[in-house]
Amino acid sequence: MSLGKPLPHDAAPLHVTGEARYTDDIPLPAGALHLAFGLSTCAHGDITEIDLSAVRAAPGVVAVFSASDWPEMPDCSPSLGDEPLLAVGKVHYLGQPVFLVVADSHLAARKAARLGRITYAERPAILTVEQALEAGSRFEDGPVVWARGDAAAAIAAAPHQAEGLFEVGGQEHFYLEGQIAAALPQEGGEMVVYSSTQHPTEIQHKVAHALHLPMSAVRVEVRRMGGGFGGKESQGNALAVACAMAAHATGRPCKIRYDRDDDMVITGKRHDLKIGYRVGYDAEGHLLGVEFRHLFRCGWSQDLSLPVADRAMLHADNAYHLPHIRIESHRLRTNTQSATAYRGFGGPQGVIGIERVVDHVAHALKLDPVTVRRRNFYAEMAPGGLSAPPTGPAQGGTFPPEDIFRQKKAENPGTGHWFGGAFSPKAVVQTTHYGMPVEDFILRDLLDDLEARSDYHARRAEIARWNAASPVLKRGIALTPVKFGISFTLTWLNQAGALVHVYQDGSIRLNHGGTEMGQGLFQKVAQVAAGVFGVSVARVKITATDTAKVPNTSATAASSGSDMNGMATRAACETIRGRLADFMAAKFAVAPDQVRFEDGMVRVAGEVFDFDRVVAWAYQARVSLSATGFYATPKLQWDRATGQGRPFLYFAYGAAVTEVVIDTLTGENRILRADLLHDTGASLNPALDIGQVEGAYVQGAGWLTTEELVWDDRGRLMTHAPSTYKIPACSDRPPVFNVALWERPNREDTVGRSKAVGEPPFMLGISAFMALSDAIAACGDGSLYPALDAPATAERVLWAVQRQQRHGA
Amino acid sequence: MTELAFLLNGTPVRLADQPPTRTLLEFLREDRGLTGTKEGCNEGDCGACTVIVTDADGPRALNACILFLPQLQGKAVRTVEGIAGPDGTLHPVQQAMIDHHGSQCGFCTPGFITSMAAAHQQGRTDHDVVLAGNLCRCTGYAPIIRAAEAAASSPVPAWMDTTPPDLPVVEISSGGGASGPAGGRQPPGTAFRPTTTDDLAAWYLDHPEATLVAGATDVGLWVTKQLRDLPQVAFLGGIADLRQITPEGDRLHIGAGVTIAALRQALHDSHPHFAAMLSRYASEQVRNAATIGGNIANGSPIGDGPPALIAMGARLHLRRGDVTRDLALEDFFLDYRKQDRQPGEFVTGITIPAQSSVRCYKLSKRFDQDISAVMGAFDVTVADQTITAARIAFGGMAGIPKRARAMEAALIGQPLTRETFLSAKAAAAQDFTPLSDMRASAAYRLETAGNMALRLFHDLTGTPGSVQEVRV
Repeated sequence: MSLGKPLPHDAAPLHVTGEARYTDDIPLPAGALHLAFGLSTCAHGDITEIDLSAVRAAPGVVAVFSASDWPEMPDCSPSLGDEPLLAVGKVHYLGQPVFLVVADSHLAARKAARLGRITYAERPAILTVEQALEAGSRFEDGPVVWARGDAAAAIAAAPHQAEGLFEVGGQEHFYLEGQIAAALPQEGGEMVVYSSTQHPTEIQHKVAHALHLPMSAVRVEVRRMGGGFGGKESQGNALAVACAMAAHATGRPCKIRYDRDDDMVITGKRHDLKIGYRVGYDAEGHLLGVEFRHLFRCGWSQDLSLPVADRAMLHADNAYHLPHIRIESHRLRTNTQSATAYRGFGGPQGVIGIERVVDHVAHALKLDPVTVRRRNFYAEMAPGGLSAPPTGPAQGGTFPPEDIFRQKKAENPGTGHWFGGAFSPKAVVQTTHYGMPVEDFILRDLLDDLEARSDYHARRAEIARWNAASPVLKRGIALTPVKFGISFTLTWLNQAGALVHVYQDGSIRLNHGGTEMGQGLFQKVAQVAAGVFGVSVARVKITATDTAKVPNTSATAASSGSDMNGMATRAACETIRGRLADFMAAKFAVAPDQVRFEDGMVRVAGEVFDFDRVVAWAYQARVSLSATGFYATPKLQWDRATGQGRPFLYFAYGAAVTEVVIDTLTGENRILRADLLHDTGASLNPALDIGQVEGAYVQGAGWLTTEELVWDDRGRLMTHAPSTYKIPACSDRPPVFNVALWERPNREDTVGRSKAVGEPPFMLGISAFMALSDAIAACGDGSLYPALDAPATAERVLWAVQRQQRHGA
Repeated sequence: MTELAFLLNGTPVRLADQPPTRTLLEFLREDRGLTGTKEGCNEGDCGACTVIVTDADGPRALNACILFLPQLQGKAVRTVEGIAGPDGTLHPVQQAMIDHHGSQCGFCTPGFITSMAAAHQQGRTDHDVVLAGNLCRCTGYAPIIRAAEAAASSPVPAWMDTTPPDLPVVEISSGGGASGPAGGRQPPGTAFRPTTTDDLAAWYLDHPEATLVAGATDVGLWVTKQLRDLPQVAFLGGIADLRQITPEGDRLHIGAGVTIAALRQALHDSHPHFAAMLSRYASEQVRNAATIGGNIANGSPIGDGPPALIAMGARLHLRRGDVTRDLALEDFFLDYRKQDRQPGEFVTGITIPAQSSVRCYKLSKRFDQDISAVMGAFDVTVADQTITAARIAFGGMAGIPKRARAMEAALIGQPLTRETFLSAKAAAAQDFTPLSDMRASAAYRLETAGNMALRLFHDLTGTPGSVQEVRV
C-alpha cells in the first residue's frame, strides 16, 4: 500500500541535479520574443501624455503597445473585470503596467521599458485604510457584518472589558521563481501558453477572452512552479495575457519574466489590515462578548479581496466558542498593489485577531494564556472524543521529527468504528458564529499531548525565574492553537477532475487538475493512484497540468489540492480497476470482488499474475484502459449574504509552542525553540506533511517578525527586493525545532482519511508573535498589555519594551 | 572586446565577442542551455544562481548573477549540472537532500546544492554561515540542515577534486572589434585585466572614467538593476599584490583586493569581534567575491567594514599614477557618496593594528545577510577600571561612516560604571542626526546607537548581552 509512506518528493532527483524544468527553462522556438512592462511612476493620476518614441527606437525593440494601440483593453481580473492589462487613461498605483515592450531579448525589453516618458496629472493618492475610510473608497457598498447574539450588550454586561487596535502587516510571497509566462501561436489562431500559475483554467479563460477565442482554442500547461503560496492564483494573468496579445500580433512566440523588483512592485501581496476589538469577559477569562472591526487594505482592484476578507471573518473565532460576536469587515480600496491570495487567504488575519484578544484577557487576569484558551475552546465531542486514542508513546522533552515515521498508523481508518454508535457525541454540538457544527474538535487532547512533549509548564516557570535574574535579555513563551476550515468558500470551486491512462505495457499515466508548486501534491496523488492499482508509485508517471486533459479546474488553493484531486484520481483509477476486475472475474468465473490488486500483482481464483500481464490481456480483450474521475466535495452549503451555513467539509487543527528571547536594548530577538503538533488526519505522506508544517511555521513566523513592507508617502514600495525585504534566512529557523503529526483519521470521508495541510500550519507561526509579546510583558510590572503590532520588527519590539519600562517607572 | 578562457564543468570554454559586463548567469542559461542555475533576484541576495568557482585558492561559492565573464579567466566553474559524477552517481549532498526531503518547489535547490557541495569540499560544517546566502521559501530550512549534517561525514567524491585549471593565459585587453550580440546588450566595450598594481595605475591614469571591478558585488547591480552600460572596465582580480595581507611591525597591511572571506579567516584570532561581525557581512557567496577595498571605495554610509576600521584607527592607502598617499580612513569619507579620491586614483590597501579587540554591534532587520540599519564599532581601552582611550565610529547614522566624538569624549578618562556609559548614550544625539528609511526610523537609530554604549558596558563587565548567545 503506497498511502501513508514517507516517500520523497517525486521531483527531488530532478531538483538536486538542476534537471527539473521550470517555465523559464523551456526552450522556445527560434524567433521568440521577450516582453517587459513600462510601469507607472505615479500612484494615482490621469495620463496626459505617453511618449514612447525612445522606447520604439531602442535596440532590439520589435513592437510597443499602450492603451491607444488596442481598440479594446484585455482584462486580467479574476473577479470584477477591473484590471486592464495596460492602464487606460488613469493609473491607480505606482508600478501599474502602462505600456508593453516586445523585443528580441529579455534585457533589450527591460532596457527599453525604462525609456518611456509618461506625463501625469496627479490626483491625491489614497494609501492608508484611514484615508480610504474617510474618502469612502471601498469595494461593496459598505462593511460586511456578521453577528451572533448581541455582542455589544454582552460586553456591556460583562464583569470586565478590554479593547485595542492593532496593525497586522502584509506579506510578499517571495516565491523563489518569479512570475513568468510564454505564449506560442498555433495554426488557426490557437494559442498554447506555458505559465507559472496555480490556476491554469483561469489563465486559459483570460487568454481566450483577450483573443476572442473559445476556451477550447487555448491550451495552458504548467509542469511546476518554483513556489506559489497564493501569489500565482491570479497574479499570473497579466503575464499570460500580455504574451498572448503580443504573440497574436507578431505571430511569434513571446515570453515575459518579471525581474524580481518588477515582480514585487507590480504584484499583490497578503492583505495588511488593522484590527479593532472590544471584549467582555469574566474572572475566569470566558469571552462573553467580542466585537471585531477589520480594516482591510485591498489595493487598487478587487482581485480576490472579498473572499479573503470573508475568510478572515470565518476564522475570527479560531478555536473558541464565542456566544456573542459581531464582526464588521471593511474592504478598502487604496492606490497600492492589489492585495491578493496568500497562504491562509485571510484566515491568518482572522485568527491573529482572536488570539490577540485571548492574550490580552489572559494578561489582564494574570492567567496563563493557555488556561484562557482552554476555557474558551469549543466543546469536547464526547468522552474520549471521536478520534482514536493517541498511537504514539507520550513523550516529554524533545523528540526527533523522524519519530513520526515510526508511529503506528491508526488502524482501520474509516470503518466507522469511532464515528457512530456508542462513541457518537452525547452533548449538543456547538456551532461556529456562522452556524457550522464543530463536530470534530480535538484540540484538548492535542494540547495535552503538546504541553507534555514541549514541557510547556515547567519551561514557563523556568523562564520566569531566568527573566528575574536577567536585566537586559528577556525570554518569552506562548502556545497558540489553530482550527482551520477546509474547502473553498465559493462552493462551486469544490470540484476536481482527473484523467488516468493505463497503457498496454502496464505503465500508468496520471493527470489531474491540481498544480505542483512544491507541496508534493503530485506525489501524494500518485500514491493514491498506485494504492488503487496495488502497484508501486514508480509505475505511475506524473505529468504536467494541462487544460486540454482535465478541463474546468479550480485553482490549486485553499489547501484543497490533495483532498480533491486525490479523490478524483481515485475515482478514475477505480473505474479502470473495476473494468480489469470484471474482465478477470469473467475470465476466471469468480465474482469481481474476489479479484485483488496488491504488490504489483493481481490475485484471482488462487492464482497470481503480474499486473502488466493482466493489463495486456485486458487490452487484447478490448477493455478500455482510460478513464476520467470527478469529485465534488459533499455536505457544503453556504449563504454568503447571511453568513450562515456549512462552508467547510471539516476543520484541520494544530498547535505550537514557541520560545523566544529579546534584547531590551535593541529589540533584537530570536526564536529559541519551537514544538509543533499538527493534525493532517491519516497522512497520505508524513514526510511531505512534516515538510509543509515546518515550512509553513517559518513562513508564518516571518510574516509576523522580519517581513516588513514599507511604502513611502507617494505610494512607492520601498522594500522591493530581497536586499530590503527580509524573509527568514537559514539561521532564523528555530535551533530546536520539534515537529510531529497528530495522526488520527479524518472523521470525514476524505481520501485515505487524510486532511489538508497547505495552509493551516501557517498560523502556528502566531505562537512566535505571542511569545514576543510574552517576553515584552516580562519587562513591565504586569499592569500594561504590550499591544505589539505586527510585524514585530526589532524596532517595534524595542518601542513596546520601552512602553513597559516607562509605565512601570 | 573580451577574449577569455575557463573550464565549465570540466570542459574548456573559449569566448570572444562578449560584452565585458555579461553575467555568467546569462551566459549559462541563454548560450549554454544550462538552466539548472536559476535567476531568483538578479542581485546576489537569494543564492539560486550559486556556482562553484575554483582557482589557485581553492573552491568557493559565488553568485553567478553578479559575476562578469571576464572575472572567470583561467578558473574552473562548476554548475549544478556538474555536481553529480560523470556516471550520474549523485554527490553526497544531493542524495542527502533527497533522503531528508530538503527540496519542495526545487527552485532554490540547485543553489543550495552548489553551496553545500562547495562547503563539503572545504570540510566546513558551519552550515548556518555557509547557507545564509541561500533563501528557501518552502522548507523552513530544517530538512536542508539535516541533509547538510548527514552528508558532512561522507568523503569528497573523486570527481570533485578539481585541480586549478591548466589553461593558457589569454590576453584580454584588446579593445574595439566586432559588434556585440543583438538585442540591447551594451555595445562592445573594453575589459582591462591588469596583473600588477603598476599596470593598473598607469592604465587608470589614462582612463579615469573607467569602472574598477573587484568582486562586482556592487557594480554587478549597476548592470543587472540599473541596466547601466559600462564601456570601460578594469577587472582587478588578477592583481596578486593587491590580495596580500602583510605584517608591518605592530600593524597589518591589507591589500585592497583581499576578500571579506579571506579577511574574516585571517583576523579570526587577532581581531575576534571584528571577524565575528564579518560572518554577518552579507553572505558566504558575497564575502567570497567582495573585497575590503571595494567596501571602502564604494563609499556606502552603511558599509559594515569602514566603521570598524575607523574605530581601529585604520589608515587608507591611495595611488594615482606613481603618486601614493595615505590618510586616516575617516578622512576619506567627505559627504554622502563623496570621497577624497582624485580621478585616476584608487585604493591600494589599508593598515590596521596587528591586534584589536574592537567591538562591533550590527543591527539589521534580519541577522544574516542584511544591510545594517546601524553598525557601531567601539575600540575602548580600560586600565584600573578607568577608560583611558576610546575610538567609536558608526555606520547608518549619517551620510558617511563617521566617528562619534561626543560619545568618545563622554567615556575617556571616566570610570567603568553604568553612569559613564549612560552619559555616552546621551552624547549620541550630539554626534548624529540620522535619517528614517525602510530599515529603521531615525528615532530607533539614535536610541539603539546610544544603547550600544550600554551593551559595551555589559560586555566589558561580563554580562551576556546578545540574543545570539542564548541557547535552550
